[in-house]
Amino acid sequence: MANYKDIINSLQDKQGGIIEAFHALQREYNYIPEEAITEAAKVFGVSQAQAYGVATFYSYLSVEKRGKYIIRMCESAPCHVAGADAVIRAIEKHLGIKVGETTADGKFTLELTECVGQCQATPVITVNSEPVFNVSAVKVPEILSAYK
Amino acid sequence: MAEEMRLLLEHADKIDPRQAEDYIKVGGYKGLEKARQMNRKDLIQEVKSSGLRGRGGAGFNAGMKWSFVPPAPVKYVVCNLDEGEPGTYKDRIICEKNAQALLEGMAICGTAIESKQGYIYCRGEYPFVVELLNKAIQSAKAVGALGDFDIEVRMGAGAYVCGEETALIESIEGHRGEPRFKPPFPGVAGLWGVPTVVNNVETFAALPYILTKGAEWYASIGAPKYPGTKVLTLTGDVNNPTYFEVPTNYLLKDVIYKLGGGIKNGKKFKAVQVGGTSGAFIPEQNLNTSIDFDSMGAIGAALGSGAVLVLDETRDIVDIVTRISKFFEHESCGKCNPCREGTFRCREIMEKINAGRATEADINNILLLAKVMKRAALCGLGQAAPIPITSTIEHFGHEYRRKLLQYA
Ligand SMILES: Cc1cc2nc3c(=O)[nH]c(=O)nc-3n(C[C@H](O)[C@H](O)[C@H](O)COP(=O)(O)O)c2cc1C
Ligand code: SF4
Ligand code: FES
Repeated sequence: MANYKDIINSLQDKQGGIIEAFHALQREYNYIPEEAITEAAKVFGVSQAQAYGVATFYSYLSVEKRGKYIIRMCESAPCHVAGADAVIRAIEKHLGIKVGETTADGKFTLELTECVGQCQATPVITVNSEPVFNVSAVKVPEILSAYK
Repeated sequence: MAEEMRLLLEHADKIDPRQAEDYIKVGGYKGLEKARQMNRKDLIQEVKSSGLRGRGGAGFNAGMKWSFVPPAPVKYVVCNLDEGEPGTYKDRIICEKNAQALLEGMAICGTAIESKQGYIYCRGEYPFVVELLNKAIQSAKAVGALGDFDIEVRMGAGAYVCGEETALIESIEGHRGEPRFKPPFPGVAGLWGVPTVVNNVETFAALPYILTKGAEWYASIGAPKYPGTKVLTLTGDVNNPTYFEVPTNYLLKDVIYKLGGGIKNGKKFKAVQVGGTSGAFIPEQNLNTSIDFDSMGAIGAALGSGAVLVLDETRDIVDIVTRISKFFEHESCGKCNPCREGTFRCREIMEKINAGRATEADINNILLLAKVMKRAALCGLGQAAPIPITSTIEHFGHEYRRKLLQYA
């Protein structure tokens, strides 16, 4: 795994690049570790409180440890009318966790999201940002079995 | 499809959007060439007289916006690819089918306002579009198509409010995406305090065609006061939920029944929400309306992003609006009180109504709250948040009253 300091330093010349740095950290760790926030604050010349404020403002960023695969269920109106609620319940049941939780083996985290811009094939989930289309409750076990 | 008029999407799936050469083969970068030979005043005048109005929702004349930019040593061109409005994916489609037109459009704007640096702010949910755009930029730079104009892609991170232009600028600067007070407008003091033009993807991508085919030609397409084409994304209970590019005088009923193939499963139409989740719900009697900005405004609706959500007769409007009120509570940035508190209360009252625990007094309260939010919220998010509620109380009031306690 790349060192968080190297990740942050590689972006230090980008004006206002702290959000880019957070993205790069998340690509590596799936969340932003606390020591990385402290480091990013130093490198981008903002207070630690400000850096934390940025990291927690955006729903795509997480300051809490998450699983290997982050499942996000879209619940915006088009996905809602297409049956998003039933899909959430099916995922919760299949994984034995509630929204916001991570499975005990650290494999899956389940989150809710607003529209991910793939509304041609509702309901939509994303797994580590890859969209999965036309999801239904019955398809959930098969879809998730693809993630090892 | 014969009903469509494809301008931005004419070569969709026939050219590789990453490759500048592909685009050049179908006439690409000719508009920029022409723009560079014009004097700046004439160029801005050309865009102004084409009648091109912003496709991001506010409908402001693009050339006019550019004409307000004062002289300054450094200026920026910013493309809004935040596309957070639920039900909308047209900017993604434009990038995936014709990214080079967006780059060319930004460079045309750069020529007009004398800017050498562009930024594309792409929503965090589209990492694959960021990748595509970076390749497209590399390719355009490699063949020299962009000249000395540079473009950098920055990523958003899941905040709807960052589509608001000043919040977007805050976000590029590396801050929390909270809207700024206006004025000053970004055209005068935007990114890092310097003059900045912010336009939507679709606005930029129309520019090459305006330059090559002429302002007069563009102005003659579609609705005279909002000319050109519009890319729509159709969702909900229709047979054909996909994207379309149509002239702006296309009728809403034709969007649903011709392009959309009508209501799914032989059911009847109940309502359509145009413009995304902040749009008004429109009843059947208003379907015979052209989709352009002003015609939509005249029926109390908005074209917005061009999202069209169709609901069939079995749908529970109050339940859907309750879900929408959660969206706004979640996405409110919290900077101003009317919206932070207002979206919270809207959601609370909507849940009460939806659960069958409300009375007529709650409806009156939410209508009053809506008025306050419309007038007092700092940005468009808080101002528009009550529209789905007020428009459905107006047109589908019986669905609300059906859920009320019988005068407890
Ligand atoms: C809450 C909110 C969200 C917005 N989201 C977007 C968006 O996703 N894309 C966009 O182009 N404009 C969005 N806008 C409008 C922008 O503030 C701005 O008017 C637009 O980018 C200007 O470009 P245009 O003139 O080409 O439309 C939003 C406005 C508000 C208030
Ligand atoms: S209206 Fe809402 S989103 Fe806009 S600034 Fe106020 S709190 Fe933030
Ligand atoms: S509404 Fe779910 S992807 Fe757009």
